[in-house]
Amino acid sequence: MVAFSIRDLNIWFGAVHALSNLTMDIPAKEILSVIGPSNSGKTTFLRMLNRLNELNVNFRMSGAVDMGGKDIRKMETELVRKKVGMVFALPLPLPLSIFENVAYGVRIHGVKNRNKLEVSVERALRQAYLWEEVKDRLELSAFKLSGGQQQRLCIARTLAVEPEVILFDEPCSGLDPVSTAKVEEAMMKLKTDYTIVLVTNNVKQAARVGDKTAFFLSGKLVELDKTDTVFTVPRDKRTDDYIRGKFG
Amino acid sequence: MRNPRRTQKIAFFLLFLATLFIVVPVGLIVIIIIQKGLPAVNWQFLSDVPRQGMRAGGIFPAIIGTVYLVTGAIIFALPIGVLAAIYLNEYAGDNFLTRIIKLAIVNLAGVPSVVYGLFGLALFVVFFRFGASIIAGSFTLGIMTLPIIITTSREALESVPYSFREVSRSLGASKWQTIRYIVLPNALSGILTGTILGLGRAAGETAPILFTVAAFYLPRLPHSVFEQTMALPYHLYVISTQVPNVDEKVRYGTALVLLALVLFMNLVAIVIRFKFRKKKKW
Repeated sequence: MVAFSIRDLNIWFGAVHALSNLTMDIPAKEILSVIGPSNSGKTTFLRMLNRLNELNVNFRMSGAVDMGGKDIRKMETELVRKKVGMVFALPLPLPLSIFENVAYGVRIHGVKNRNKLEVSVERALRQAYLWEEVKDRLELSAFKLSGGQQQRLCIARTLAVEPEVILFDEPCSGLDPVSTAKVEEAMMKLKTDYTIVLVTNNVKQAARVGDKTAFFLSGKLVELDKTDTVFTVPRDKRTDDYIRGKFG
Repeated sequence: MRNPRRTQKIAFFLLFLATLFIVVPVGLIVIIIIQKGLPAVNWQFLSDVPRQGMRAGGIFPAIIGTVYLVTGAIIFALPIGVLAAIYLNEYAGDNFLTRIIKLAIVNLAGVPSVVYGLFGLALFVVFFRFGASIIAGSFTLGIMTLPIIITTSREALESVPYSFREVSRSLGASKWQTIRYIVLPNALSGILTGTILGLGRAAGETAPILFTVAAFYLPRLPHSVFEQTMALPYHLYVISTQVPNVDEKVRYGTALVLLALVLFMNLVAIVIRFKFRKKKKW
């Protein structure tokens, strides 16, 4: 099963060529880890999948990204973003209560019934392993939670709109090792139902959770293979250098 | 030989002196007005119409007239100002035309109020044939306040972090939903404070209402928005310069009431800002 099929994708921001000639498939219901040094285009790649790059006025592209056989550029933007959720690098709760943070996306997509909202919120919080910690204080401001809890809240918020794909953009970059482990545990459970793309600066994290791993360098895909293969017998010397920490 | 500690002391002293030069006159103005005006302020002064050619009685019609004018200005200017600020800040691209528009709005805030008065006379009183009326005066005051409302609203909208918008859009919210549910609620306190401060200024202006609404002597309440009304700033001007032998305490009493009205509006603005800041969570 293929979730995304990308053909000859080029992306520019003004004069900067951020991604060049990218052709790849993203398998469904697996975790794809994306590694590479800064400015390698991995976040641009991630933000292409839910069309978030288009918020930048200088964005230009060529080529095609198909999801389930349909060109995402021809689908309604809001629908693409509903199907392809995103968790950002920093925990970014909205200035609302815990409950309203999770309910926000559900409300946006038209659910008004309080009971239905409560069911969605509880299910999403359980999926993100946060329910037990917050069930008695749902009306509290989301900013009262710890960093790790906030990030799991953001995962729950993304899950609540029932996406098919979840994009993680360095989700653990601001978290301590214990919180990181909790987020990774959630990701491992989620891959049975969701396609996951994880951009990470932490090579070990990519090795721990990724079924497949892609290595980007200077806007180009260098290597994409099973994680074991990439980390034991990489085909490209530059991949080898990067995962051994020789540059980047 | 330069002594850095002494240089610092001199600098602090000069800075303190500059601050003193601002505080002392303001304090003196307030104290003198209270001292000379307070004896005149009583229930009759606040609730009665002017009598004996404005030398006795009260200033009730002028108070009510100013309240009407300010209310009318809010109703007219707040929606237009906020909507324009949303458009300029959230929708309009950054190009030559929008930069000219933004520059023009900033410059409008510096146009002398008497020019707004003439503009109101030409447009509302003469062209739209409202005559000298509450509606013409309100619109003129509203237009004068618009640049302040737009500028402060844009600042308030800008202060909402970009990441909130990005999160909202990433969940599939449209641009308008994001503005409606995330940006506006968090910018509201700034917008309201700016509006009230702008209107506080407008409430005390004489020139814009001089040609558009203010009645020299109309010892009753207006019956409709198409009638003239008395207003505090103009009434103060009239009894200070146009009517002979008005008791000094009546003039200062009127000034005190006007000052209290404006300070009250500023106080409301401060309370709103304080309340929202306590609620602000990021």
